[in-house]
Amino acid sequence: MNAPDRSARTPRAVTAAAFAVPVAFLGVFFAVPVATLISTGLREGGRWDLGAVGEVLTSPSTRSVAWFTLWQAVVSTAATVVAALPAAWLIGRIRFPGRSLLMAALIVPFVLPTVVVGTAFLAVLGPDGPVAALGGVLGFDVDLRRTATAVILAHVFFNYAVVARTVGAAWMAVDPAAEDAARTLGADRWTTFRTVTLPQLRPALAGAASIVFLFTFTSFGVVKILGGPRIATIEVEIHRLTTQLLDLRTASVLSLLQLAAVIAALALYRRAGARRGSARTRAGRSVLHRPAGAERWGVAATITSAALLVGVPIATLVWRSFDTAGGPGLGYYRALGSTGRGSALFVPPAEAVRNSLVIGAAAATTALIVGGLAAVGLHRLGGRARGVADSSLMLPLGVSAVTVGFGFLIALDEPPLDLRTSPLLIPAAQAVIAIPFVVRTLLPALDAVPARLREAAAALGAPPHRVWWEVDARLLRRPALGALGFAYAISLGEFGATVFIARADAPTVPVAIFRALSQPGALNVGQAMALSTVLLALTAAVMLLVDRVGDARVGGF
Amino acid sequence: MTSTRRTLSALLAASLVVAACGDDDAETTTPDPEHGAATSITMLTHDSFDVSEEVLAAFTEATGITVELLPSGDAGSMLNQAILTKGSPQGDVLFGVDSTFLSRALDEDLFLAYESPALEDVDESLVLDPEHRVTPIDTGDVCLNYDKAGLAEAGLEPPADLADLADPAYAGTLVVENPATSSPGLAYLLATVAEFGEDGWQDHWRALRANDVEVAAGWEEAYYGSFSGAAGSPGDRPIVVSYASSPPAEVIFAEEPLDEAPTGVVEGTCYRQIEFAGILAGTEHEEAAQQLVDFLLSPTFQEDVPLNMFVYPVIDVELPAEFVEHGAQPQDPYLLEADVVAANRDAWIEEWTEIVLR
Repeated sequence: MNAPDRSARTPRAVTAAAFAVPVAFLGVFFAVPVATLISTGLREGGRWDLGAVGEVLTSPSTRSVAWFTLWQAVVSTAATVVAALPAAWLIGRIRFPGRSLLMAALIVPFVLPTVVVGTAFLAVLGPDGPVAALGGVLGFDVDLRRTATAVILAHVFFNYAVVARTVGAAWMAVDPAAEDAARTLGADRWTTFRTVTLPQLRPALAGAASIVFLFTFTSFGVVKILGGPRIATIEVEIHRLTTQLLDLRTASVLSLLQLAAVIAALALYRRAGARRGSARTRAGRSVLHRPAGAERWGVAATITSAALLVGVPIATLVWRSFDTAGGPGLGYYRALGSTGRGSALFVPPAEAVRNSLVIGAAAATTALIVGGLAAVGLHRLGGRARGVADSSLMLPLGVSAVTVGFGFLIALDEPPLDLRTSPLLIPAAQAVIAIPFVVRTLLPALDAVPARLREAAAALGAPPHRVWWEVDARLLRRPALGALGFAYAISLGEFGATVFIARADAPTVPVAIFRALSQPGALNVGQAMALSTVLLALTAAVMLLVDRVGDARVGGF
Repeated sequence: MTSTRRTLSALLAASLVVAACGDDDAETTTPDPEHGAATSITMLTHDSFDVSEEVLAAFTEATGITVELLPSGDAGSMLNQAILTKGSPQGDVLFGVDSTFLSRALDEDLFLAYESPALEDVDESLVLDPEHRVTPIDTGDVCLNYDKAGLAEAGLEPPADLADLADPAYAGTLVVENPATSSPGLAYLLATVAEFGEDGWQDHWRALRANDVEVAAGWEEAYYGSFSGAAGSPGDRPIVVSYASSPPAEVIFAEEPLDEAPTGVVEGTCYRQIEFAGILAGTEHEEAAQQLVDFLLSPTFQEDVPLNMFVYPVIDVELPAEFVEHGAQPQDPYLLEADVVAANRDAWIEEWTEIVLR
């Protein structure tokens, strides 16, 4: 791409220095723990037990789990792309009231903990829910709970925003003039879309699809809550083998299998990215127009389908938080304000909110610094190395939280790195997950800084650090703020990694929700729902701010 | 953030000391017997552990030892973490290994033996390790719970025992947890093994499958997702595998005061789970850890157990009114020998999966 000429002019030392921090950080908090746990599973009396690999891979139960994992990921990915494409058009082309609200609402599921949304989904799909009611009207007996269909629907719900925002941003970059030209030359809407727009969207589509594939292939909470016990993905099996059976041998082989699949998906993503070429973010607003004529129907249909897919489960959750025994009211929210039960672990929910906000700030700042340095390093790299380094940063998204969590315990247990009980471990673990998103936001922005501006500044006699400060830093401020906000939202909802390392003295909101849901009683469920609604509102507010300061690329791939 | 937390804990500690000094000067100035300075020890627990703040503070006040809690996932997950970190443990005491996982913990030599003098108040049948590497702290009973209104609506009486559920009249009413992923699920499987014998439970589960038994991954999914008796639940199954203490919890956490629990317990279906604490080998605070184990058996802690963890104490203390009124205290619960469970657990789960799920 356009990187090599730059690396020729900037010292290699700068590139290496930029990479040093992310490499060290991801090494300590990701690579070393994972490698340690996998090698513990695969070493027998000091020797590698490679027979295990063949043995596990050829067993019928592995094959059936792997097959289910693969097909549900493929179907989920296809369904998500089809369902979210109209929303991408809406984001990329149409100006309408409530646009930013819709964009913020779409991404809420993506950053909410699955345990929360899972229960809401159960309510929607259960015998008293709207789906069953609709089936009843049509004369069918529908109960989708504990089926693969429920899992796929939930995957569409969770990943809708990935496709809508990524492809929407690409759609914004498609020059409407080319479409207009095709129309003027007599092409109908469909032909115009197929021959002019679609080819330009293809890289973004392929990129978004490979990311959705990665998320659904490694799906855990959704499958556990909605799929029932007959359905298991590789990730669910790894969790069961590690936490219940302590069968690290089989778990390690499955981890390697999952890693191989994730690397394949990332390779696909990289190829899609390479073809994305030099598409630049355009000044967004100018390509937006008010819907006219038949487009109004399209807008209405898109908003309705988004409301059904994404809105209904969220609305169910919010409704349940107000649905007290004495009719609709604020009872559960008032219960949140009370001082809790005075027990050591059941902290008052307000304190959990404060913990989440503090930990989120630490995690987001860490992710911005580490991810920012990684983006600077990547920007300076060229060719294959850049692609490989770029997708390696996304590996943490494809490795089981239990593998990382248990890996921490055995890898980070000796001074100077006895970090197992450090309060810094939670923000660090959350930052590992947020870093890929930060890089995805900052790297295109860095690439888009016009080289001419830098050259001009240098020609006028500015030293390199001054060039960076006056040119790059100015243009990166907005994307950086956006990335910071998105990392913050991810940290607020993060549950998988937190649950293995949460300290008793600082439970986050998702941990508090989980605790409330682990005992019987109406107040417990009610408070869990109210707390989930608070989390939802916090997340949506953060995302609204992100969209205001950042651009539509945030949260896209 | 660390410094904020440290400042906060320093302030907290200081205020505790001040508060304590106000009460009783002599006691708090007693130096710690081990080091002459304040000792802090860590107790690994499962996620369901809880204790009142003032109870923990009372221990600190009496001994000068502060206790840090480290929740580490469910019981299985916590134990496996302890096994992986053997020799370099994350804490000094582990709380919450139960009778079904006990043999795994003992085989791994995780614990230092300690016979607490407080054990003399504990029923001998609960002491499963004669070497005292673990100490029983509480018991819980996994039992069938039923939704009173839901069963009445279906025109059904609550089942009298396990065998009743194979009756076609109860088709489509039961939801259980998967024993491969859930501790109450495993306890319920063991109850059926105890009732129908090592060669008889399989037929019972075949009958349950024919009766459309539903299987959930864990207790939360079963109770809040499928059971019709939980408040606000979308579920439609009136019978669930839960605990003897679930009806009192429904009353205690009701939105408006209830005279009667909405759910009931089938007393003849209970399986006893005993939870143990042990001192982790590799601790640098063995003496302080022993003091903590003594404290876990003290009336102060034992009285606190029901309302925080919804399990029963192992010494004779007064139970909260809700437990007496709405809870069940099964007289003769099922309990299999620990080594029988150890020898067969994995095979039974595998066989169960084959019969019920495949």
